[in-house]
Amino acid sequence: LGNTMLSNYSKHATSKLLSLRQLQTARKQKISSFVKGKGKLLSGTAVAVVGAATVTTYFLHQSAKASEDELHAPHLPWQHSGALKTLDAASIRRGYEVYRQVCAACHSMEYIAFRNLVGVSHTEDEMKAIAAQAQIVDGPDDNGKMFKRPGRLSDYFPSPYTNDEEARAANNGALPPDLSYIVLGVHGEEDYIFSLLTGYYDPPAGVVIGEDQHYNAYFAGQAIGMAQALYNEIIEYEDGTPATQSQLAKDVTVFLRWAAEPHHDKRKLYGFRALCFAIMFVPLFWYQKKRVFSVIKSKKIAFK
Amino acid sequence: MLRNNPLINLFIGSFYRLPAPININYFWNGGSTIGVFLVIQIVSGLFLSMHYTSHMQMSFFSVNHIMRDVNGGWLLRYMHANGASFFLGLIFLHIGRNVYYKTYYRKGAWIIGILLLVVSMLTAFLGYVLPWGQMSFWGATVITNLITAVPVYGEAIVKWLWGGFSVENPTLNRFYTFHFLFPFVIVALSVVHLFFIHMLGSSTPLGTFSNTMKLDFWPYYGVKDIFGFSIIISSFMMLVGFSPDLFGDPENFKKANSMVTPVHIKPEWYFLFAYAILRCIPNKKLGVFGLVFSILVFFFFLFSKKKLMSSLFYRLIFWSWSMNFIMLTWLGGCPVKDVFIYMAQISSFIYFFFLLILMLI
Repeated sequence: LGNTMLSNYSKHATSKLLSLRQLQTARKQKISSFVKGKGKLLSGTAVAVVGAATVTTYFLHQSAKASEDELHAPHLPWQHSGALKTLDAASIRRGYEVYRQVCAACHSMEYIAFRNLVGVSHTEDEMKAIAAQAQIVDGPDDNGKMFKRPGRLSDYFPSPYTNDEEARAANNGALPPDLSYIVLGVHGEEDYIFSLLTGYYDPPAGVVIGEDQHYNAYFAGQAIGMAQALYNEIIEYEDGTPATQSQLAKDVTVFLRWAAEPHHDKRKLYGFRALCFAIMFVPLFWYQKKRVFSVIKSKKIAFK
Repeated sequence: MLRNNPLINLFIGSFYRLPAPININYFWNGGSTIGVFLVIQIVSGLFLSMHYTSHMQMSFFSVNHIMRDVNGGWLLRYMHANGASFFLGLIFLHIGRNVYYKTYYRKGAWIIGILLLVVSMLTAFLGYVLPWGQMSFWGATVITNLITAVPVYGEAIVKWLWGGFSVENPTLNRFYTFHFLFPFVIVALSVVHLFFIHMLGSSTPLGTFSNTMKLDFWPYYGVKDIFGFSIIISSFMMLVGFSPDLFGDPENFKKANSMVTPVHIKPEWYFLFAYAILRCIPNKKLGVFGLVFSILVFFFFLFSKKKLMSSLFYRLIFWSWSMNFIMLTWLGGCPVKDVFIYMAQISSFIYFFFLLILMLI
C-alpha cells in the first residue's frame, strides 16, 4: 500500500512538475511568438506612427509658415538646383557683370577676391584686366601715407563705402548688406533674391510708403530702402544675351549663389561619390553580414 | 603570445574575442556608430583648429577663410557641423533604445551615458558659438543668461563665465578652449562607459542574460557594425554633399552684431526640445529648471525596477513619447506665438508625465 501510495504520489508530483515545465515552455513560446509575430507588427505600427507624426509636423510647419505675415517667394526651377546639377558658368560671368555695373555702387562683397573668378567664369588675363580697373587703397608707403594703386588678382572686391556709418549716411539710414553670403543668409535663398529684385510694384491703395522707401511685395514689411535697380536693357551683355529684367535678376542671383558657395559643384560631386559608394558597398556589406550570420540564423536551439 | 601583453589583451577582449549576446538587433549598432562619429569630429576638428582664430574680430573671417581658401576646408567644416547633428541624433536613438528595451538598470553605464549626453550637448553648444555669426552670438547670449536664474550668485557667475559684462572676446576665447578640451573628456567617459558595458556584456532585446548564448564579437558583430557604418557614413556624406546647410540657420551667415538682434533666436535642432520647454514656461526660474530637468530626468530611470520585457502598454507610451519628442522639437523652432506656446505647454507636460509612467511600469 505504502509503495502504491508513494508511486502515486511520485506520479502526481512528476505530472505536476511536467505541467509546470509545460507551463514554462508555453510561456517562453508565448514570449517568443509575441516577439516574432506581434513584435514585427508592433515595430511596423511604431514606424508608421512616428512617420505619420513627422509628416504631420512637416505639414503643420508648412501651414504655420503660410500663416506668417509675409509673402514667401515661389520656388523657381533653377538650373543648378538638382542634386547633380552644376552652376552655369556663362550665367556667373553675366551675373558678375551685373554686380560690377549695378550692385557694386552700394553693396560690398568683402570676402570675394578677383582671383576667385579665375577659372570659374573668366580667364586669368581677363580678370587681371578687370582688377586693374579698380583703385585699391594700399600702404602705408615710405612716407607713412596711404596710396591708391590699380587692383591685382589677390585683391578683394573694393567696398563702395569705407565703413557702415558712411554707407548708412549715403542711403538714408539703410545699410546695404554685404553680398558675399547673401544667398545663404536669407530664407528662400535664390528664390527670395530673384523675387525681391523683380518684386517692385506701386503701393496698393491705402498703403502709405515713407519718403525714400519703395514698395516691394517680397520684403518683410513691404517697405524697402533699396530702389528698383534692374530694368530691361540697363546694361549690355557681351555675349549678346537679351538683358531683360528677369534675365539680369537671374544671372546676378546665380553669381551670388556661386559667391556664397564657390565649392558648390565640387560638393555635389562628393555627394555623388558618396552615393556611388553606397550603391556599390552597402549591398556588399549587407551580403557579407548575411553570409557570416547564416550559420547562426539557421541554427535551431531547443530547451529540454 | 599576444594574450600575454595586457594592452593587446584588453584590445582583443574589447573588439575581437568579446562575448556578445546572440540576439541583439540593429539598435545595438548605435554605440559603435557614435564612436565613429566621435572620431570624425575629433579628427576634422583638429584640422579646423589649425586654421581657426578665436578672436571676435577675426573668427568669422577665419571660418570664411577655411570655407574658401583652405584646401578641402569647406568639406572639413561641413563634416564637422553636420557630424555634430549625426552624433547627437545617434545619441538620442541610443538612449531611446535603452528606454524601449528597459536596459537602463545597468546603473554605471546609464549614469556615464547621461553624463556623456550632457557633455556632448555642452560641447555642441560651445562649438556653435565659434563661427561668431549672428545666431552664434545671440545663442550664446540667451543660453549663458539662463545662469542668472541661479539664486543670489547667478549674476556673478554669468559675468565670471563671460569674462566681461556681455558675451565678448574673452567669452569666445574660453569657449574655444573648452570646445577643444571637452571631446577628450567625452573620450575618457566613453572608455568608462565601455568598461561598465563590457564588465557584464551587452544587454539584449529580451532583457535576459545568458552566459552561453554568446557569439564572438569578430566576425559576427564586427561585420554587422561595418555594415551599419557603411549606411550611416554614406548618408552623412550625401548630406554633406547635397544639402550641407539643411540643419543650419541663414542668420549664421551674417557676422555677429551686438546691436542687431535676430527676429527668431533658435538653437540647432538637437536643443529644440529643451528650448521649447524653456520657452513655454512663463516663469524664468521654472523655465530654466524645466530645461535642465528635461535632460537630468533620465537619471531617475535608475530607480525604476528591472523587468524582463516591456509590456504592450509600455511600448505604446514609449512611442507616444517619441512622437511628442518630435513635436517638441518642431515647436522649439516655431516663432513665439500663443498657439505654439500653448501647444508646447501640453507637449512639455506629456514629455515629463510619460517619462514618469515609463519609470513606474
